[in-house]
This record gives sequence, C-alpha cells and structure tokens, in this order.
Amino acid sequence: MRSVFNEELLKIAHEDRRIFMILADIGYGEIEPFARAFPGRYFNVGVAEQNMTGVACGVALEGNIAITYSIANFPTLRCLEQIRNDVCYHNANVKIVIIGGGMAYGPLGISHHSTEDLAIMRALPNLVVVAPCDFAEARAATRAMIAHDGPVYYRCGYKKEPPIHRGPINFQFGQALTVQDGADATVIFTGTIGYNCLCAVEALAREGIHCRLISLHTVKPIDRAAIVQAARETGVIVTVEEHNSMGGLGGAVAEVLMDEGCLDVKCRRLALPDVNVSLVGGQDWLRQQYRLDPDAIADAVRQVVQ
Amino acid sequence: MQTRPPAQYEQLAARVRAHCLRMTHRGKSGHVGSMLSMADLLAVLYSSILRVDPKQPDWPDRDRFILSKGHGGGAVYATLAELGFFPKDWLNTYYLDNGKLSGHISHHVPGVEFSTGSLGHGLPVAVGMALAARHAGKQHRIFCLMSDGDCNEGSTWEAMMFAAHHKFDNLIVVVDYNRVQALGKMEDVIEMEPFARKVEDFGWAVRTIDGHNCGQIEKTLSEVPFASNKPSWVLARTVKGKGVSWMENTVSCHYGSVNDEQLAKALKDLGANS
Ligand SMILES: Cc1ncc(C[n+]2csc(CCOP(=O)(O)OP(=O)(O)O)c2C)c(N)n1
Repeated sequence: MRSVFNEELLKIAHEDRRIFMILADIGYGEIEPFARAFPGRYFNVGVAEQNMTGVACGVALEGNIAITYSIANFPTLRCLEQIRNDVCYHNANVKIVIIGGGMAYGPLGISHHSTEDLAIMRALPNLVVVAPCDFAEARAATRAMIAHDGPVYYRCGYKKEPPIHRGPINFQFGQALTVQDGADATVIFTGTIGYNCLCAVEALAREGIHCRLISLHTVKPIDRAAIVQAARETGVIVTVEEHNSMGGLGGAVAEVLMDEGCLDVKCRRLALPDVNVSLVGGQDWLRQQYRLDPDAIADAVRQVVQ
Repeated sequence: MQTRPPAQYEQLAARVRAHCLRMTHRGKSGHVGSMLSMADLLAVLYSSILRVDPKQPDWPDRDRFILSKGHGGGAVYATLAELGFFPKDWLNTYYLDNGKLSGHISHHVPGVEFSTGSLGHGLPVAVGMALAARHAGKQHRIFCLMSDGDCNEGSTWEAMMFAAHHKFDNLIVVVDYNRVQALGKMEDVIEMEPFARKVEDFGWAVRTIDGHNCGQIEKTLSEVPFASNKPSWVLARTVKGKGVSWMENTVSCHYGSVNDEQLAKALKDLGANS
C-alpha cells in the first residue's frame, strides 16, 4: 500500500505544484521518484520528527501543501505537540502519513507498532483521520487528502494488502463504504484488518448469517448516519480494528450509538487488549494471538448474533 | 577491567557478525549492516569494559549499557548469547513467530537494560541513570551506544546539555559513527561535522577513534572518564556493513537480508565457517 500511496502522490504532484514532501530519513525504495522529479520540493530533515512537523507547518502556512512521512509513531507521537499546537491549531495544510498502521511491522516490536494512533489523532480538533483498507481506498484517500484544505492523518499499510472492494468506489471523507449488504449483523472495520473481516463475513454467509460489512475509512469526521442506519436495520454492531481497545474505532462508534440513542443494539468491540505487545512475530501471527484473525472474528459475530 | 589480546576481541566480533548474518537470513529481516558496524565495539565493551555478570543480569552494581540504536539489537543479542546471558539457540528464533528475540532490542531479554527502537531515546534515559547513580553514591558507570542518526534528534542534544551542566562523569557515550543513515549518507542528509568540536562545545570530553581497532577501543574505554567533571564521548569511526565486502559503506545494507548463496559468501568474507 505504501507504493500505491507514493505512486498516486507522484501523479498528483505533477498536477499540483504546491505539494512538498518533508520527511525524516524514511522512504527508501519508495520516495526516490518524487525526490528526482521535484528536487526543490523534497527535503529529508534527518531523524528529527519534531523539526519535520514544524518545518512542514511553516511551509504549509505559506500557501503550500506539506506531506510528512515516516514509520508508525515517528510522525505522530514523536511530534504530537507540533501536530496539535502548530498544525491543527493553525489549521495548516499538513498531511501526516504513516507507513505501517497497526502491527504491520510485526517482529520489529512495539516501537514500530502504531496501535494507539486512531485514539490520539482523533482527539485533535481540525484533523481528519483516515485509514484506507486496500489499494483502491489508498489511491482515493490520497486524492481526497490533497483536495481537502486542512490537516489530515493518513494511516497507510505497508505491503501487499489484498483487495476488499470488488468494484469501483465512490470515496469521500466522512462517508463510510458498504462492502456488502446483509441484515443479520453489521461488521464495521477501519484499515487493513478489513480483509480478515471480509473473510469472516464470507464464512458466516456460508452458515446463513448475512452481515453488512462497512469500511469506516474515515474515523473522523465519522459517518454517523451509516452507523445509526446499520444499528437500526441489523440490530447488531461489531467493530474491528488493529488498535488498542481504548478510544479507537470501537470507541468512536460507541460514542455515536450513545449520542443517537441507539442503546438497544447488541455490540461488541474487537481490538487489541490494553497491553504493551511484547510477543515476537509477524502481523498475521500477532493478529491471531489477539483474536483478530478471520476465525476469531467470525466466532465473535456468531456469539453476538445468537 | 581485564586486558585481552586484540585477537580475542576480533574472534568474538567475527562470531557476533556471523550470528547476525544467520539471524537476519533466517528472519528475512533488515538492519544487518547496522549490526556489523558495531560488532567490534560490542566485543570490547562486553569482554573487558562493562562490569556485568551473565549469571546475575540484575546485579545492582552492574554497569548499565543502553543501546540507543535499537535496530541493531541483533548484535547485542548475539554478544549476550556468546557471553552466556541466555542459550545460544535463542538466536535461532530471532524475528520469527513466537520467537524470543524481537527486531528492536527488548528489555524482556536477560542482560538487556532497556528497550529502544525509536531513535533519540537512549541518551536521556542513560543520563537519568547517571543522575540516579550519583545521587545514590554508586560507583557503576552508564554506557550508551548511539548511531549518527540518533544524533539528529533534538532529544539527544537536550540530554547532552543537561549531562554536561550536571557534570555526570559516570556517563560514557560511544557513537557508532558510520556516516550512513536510512535514506542516504550523512553528507546528503544532515552533515554533522565538525562533530567532535560540536560535542566538545556542548561540554563533553571527546575522543575520536577507529571503531574497528579493538586495541584502540579497549585502551580508550579503559581511560574513562577522560576528564573529571565531564561526561565522556567516544566518536568511533566505523564502516556500515563492516566485514562483508559488498555491504561496506552502503545505504542498501540497512535493508533486506542475505539469501543462501550470499550468506555462504558473507560468512566466507568473515572467515567464519557456515
Ligand atoms: C525516531 C525514529 N525515526 C526514524 C526511525 C527509522 N530508522 C531506523 S534506523 C534509521 C537510521 C539509520 O541510521 P543510523 O541511525 O545512523 O544507524 P546505523 O544503522 O547507520 O548505525 C532510521 C531513520 C527510527 N528508528 N526512529
């Protein structure tokens, strides 16, 4: 997915001369075409994410669009106050892109897992929070991010995430996409964990449990209507995210259900437990340990439906 | 401190390098160039300089060692295994599902003081340990091994100012100064020369050495603190990917792992048998 993002950004940068890349010593094998095409709009600040974000903010406030880019938590948590005070408060046109949302960097360990980002980023005023689930969403989200006037947080995958959407998509920030319809339950996911949800939902369909599957790519602003409608029409909401169980997608959906008075719905939040992951392993294996694999997701839905 | 003939350090360093090649080959993981770069420094530190006890990793009076360039953790694991902190067969599980050793250094492993992986975290913590040691009237020293990328981070320079201000002469930094970062060479990213002079101006006692000359490493580290009332800084000139001909001084050796054929060739370069 990171290659898809970089390809799409390069195309847009040919059309839009306001785009700068300000990055912090990450992007090997990916960002070279941009660096070659636009040497005057490409800067590596070194391993210095606070400076990266501050510089990007200054560049953006002068009428440009600045992309910051690095692995997992480096462009977010490492420079959180620069994002909050400089970027968000001044509504600067900075796009914060992370590579390797969730546990995509598996065995590299906790420093490279981005598993609290949705909660933290969505708590910042003015910031759009988006987590594409497959290549189609990744491309569309890149375009939407540049078209949007203001700060965006873009949680990118890492490698060859399989497709989830079967046909063309109409991607708009704040509008959830229905992957497939169903009346027995709704599974809402964000980001690349969506593929495991799709597998789970397909397995359930073979047993006669038909789920609505919703990609909530924009965690903020959240699509309240889609959530309320799913709650009213299916009566069961299961959220799935590769993120700590506190304050992420599940929390955001629960807030909507509470605000909108949808309290008669059966709900379950599937997420990582509130622990520091010290297990060593690849993304798929780690997902399995934390019951975010297709079988475990299907089990959870079955339990709630019954 | 026990002085040893340089050949002994070189042999240990060669074993560590061979472990790192095998571990990253098996795990299909990166950062092997970062590990090869610091193998000689680790060999001397762990054989002669650090007062540590493999039988008692938590011995309260041990010298503290923090690896701030956590991505090179494989080399520390290999060194610790060679010293007997844990069984060598743990190395075979590096980077694998349900393994004992993660890509970045982890304090869940016996002998590892502190987990890192995000650059620029090691030195502030080392400074805190130096402060606590002095406060408690303890004699142990704090060593922090850093990379040049580590020294891009503002947090590193903030810690340097604090440590010099408080005259922590129980604190020793060693920089694995290979001048290659993740996206380019230092001269193309952030040039830090005159590096030694900058650090001196920040109030540290600095020595520049050849980070692959084990005799020189030992002599230098046995003379800390270089000045009373100042923290010590060793700028160890190294070669990223040291010991494997095609990796040396390349950015690409930060990424990818060797295939079977390259592994055999690399081990031959090192003079280790496969
Ligand atoms: C805060 C932070 N930003 C980015 C990274 C990603 N990263 C890993 S290693 C590295 C740089 C590698 O060069 P250097 O630090 O000089 O270490 P070497 O491997 O050359 O010893 C970078 C940018 C990181 N680990 N931490």
